Amino acid sequence: MSIDLQTVKKIASLSRISVTDAEAQAMVPELNNILGWVEQLGEVDVTGIEPMTAVIPNTQRLREDAVTDGNVRDKVLANAPQAEHGFFAVPKVIE
Amino acid sequence: MTNLTDLTVAEIRDGFRAGDFSAREVAEGFNANVAAAKALNAFIVETPEKALAAADAADKAKAAGETLGALAGVPIGMKDLFCTQGVQTTAASHMLEGFVPTYESTVSDKLWAAGAGMLGKLNLDQFAMGSSNETSYFGNVISPWKRGGGDNAALAPGGSSGGSSSAISARLCPAATGTDTGGSIRQPAAFTGISGIKPTYGRCSRWGIVAFASSLDQAGPMARTVRDNALLLEVMSGFDPKDSTSLDLAVPQWEAGLSSNLKGKTVGIPKEYRPDGLNAEIAALWDQGIAWLKDAGADVVEVSLPHTKYALPTYYIIAPAEASSNLARYDGVRYGQRDLPDGAGLQDMYAATRAAGFGPEVKRRIMIGTYVLSAGFYDAYYTQAQKVRALIARDFERAFEQCDLLLTPTAPSAAFTLGEKQADPLAMYLNDVFTVPASLAGLPAMSVPGGLDSQGLPLGLQIIGKALDEQTVLNAGLAIEERAGFVARPDKWW
Repeated sequence: MSIDLQTVKKIASLSRISVTDAEAQAMVPELNNILGWVEQLGEVDVTGIEPMTAVIPNTQRLREDAVTDGNVRDKVLANAPQAEHGFFAVPKVIE
Repeated sequence: MTNLTDLTVAEIRDGFRAGDFSAREVAEGFNANVAAAKALNAFIVETPEKALAAADAADKAKAAGETLGALAGVPIGMKDLFCTQGVQTTAASHMLEGFVPTYESTVSDKLWAAGAGMLGKLNLDQFAMGSSNETSYFGNVISPWKRGGGDNAALAPGGSSGGSSSAISARLCPAATGTDTGGSIRQPAAFTGISGIKPTYGRCSRWGIVAFASSLDQAGPMARTVRDNALLLEVMSGFDPKDSTSLDLAVPQWEAGLSSNLKGKTVGIPKEYRPDGLNAEIAALWDQGIAWLKDAGADVVEVSLPHTKYALPTYYIIAPAEASSNLARYDGVRYGQRDLPDGAGLQDMYAATRAAGFGPEVKRRIMIGTYVLSAGFYDAYYTQAQKVRALIARDFERAFEQCDLLLTPTAPSAAFTLGEKQADPLAMYLNDVFTVPASLAGLPAMSVPGGLDSQGLPLGLQIIGKALDEQTVLNAGLAIEERAGFVARPDKWW
């Protein structure tokens, strides 16, 4: 299946990346080439095969339900583009 | 007197302990080489003061008769994907330009704790996405190597750990960290005539490494010798409760266990890695490598990895899918760049920030990943790829019933020129054809230099081992290293 300009714009929107019409247009053949190439996976017989989720067998650990970190507000905010009153600041969300 | 910057990590460690030279002399030598090599663009940030401070601490500890760390007196380069406290960490992106971590990655922390000093942060492909180091926001890294016969074309140092490979082969540092998602340690090592090992997935903590594709990302060392790789990997490995996929296993003494005697070992030669049209010089080097391992006492059998041809398309679904998820964090709110057009709301800010902060290859991969994970396509692409990934891993398991390790070429060609593959993303992806399968299966794999091609450029051989059997990988690497006698180095032009 091939993707068109509208689909590219939709993917860009889902990805939260703004694109100009010219950029989206240029991506149509690029993404189609790559997606057309990966589609060969469809020919592999995967009957009875479970999707791999962990490459090396490893058990998920549990730890004590205890506070092990915290009180580092200033460190957390140190690289924020805009921090005010101990919070991350963003443009107005609710009108 | 010996040129200190020509020494290996083991030679620096041992010579410093023996009192042949001071740690400060070593650090000053490498700092001078770094400062004089701007033309290679291998470093994004230089930290000569950090290298000197660690050296002075090592000299002082030695004078006081204190116990010395495993890497006391050794300066190294740090790929700029590892968070370093107080030193800008960018992943070679505009998005993270100016980001100064308030914490240290586990792997770099272990290296500093062992006494190593930092020469600087090494350039790479943006967010480690690339095979030529042409996607960095901070400019291309140039390989110190040139083709023979007066060809002055600038060559790719490989990627994504291209700053690491370029700097080591140019003697700007004796060793460096790398990370490998689909070949990002091994392919640059092969392109520049050095060695590098990606350990078993889970050996090195991923904590504090800027994430690309979490089920594939592994840190590892790059250096000029197998011994150096073994001793560095010992320091870098080990359980870390802060990484949920970290393996809770003791770290073997790989350096002490080094032996190039391969008696009793069987080497598998995967027939699918010899496609029609394989470069004749690569094929010849591979045959030479087989002969070297036989000479070291190993038996050789042909094995089959039938799903090899599906490894790259599998990788180019899984890695972008994980990247699209991991890179969702760059939203202009908590760290990194923010682009806030006049009157923009929150959603507009996200989109503008990400449009300005990510380079074209990063955007391409985020969008592919978003597409293959989107409603209606998830099963056809992502779930199918996860199933094929299971089959690729099963191929290796079956092959390892017949053999202890695999020998293959590292890359299908020697270093290409900058720009040569830029126009076609697919052509660039195909350069990882021999390295990606072991990444998908989480297996330890190493590249060691085997020789030079007819143009005078290095070619590498790849050794793939069983999960957790880094020792056999290193030992086979040592057997090749001893027989290849690779001493070529680039002529200084920078």
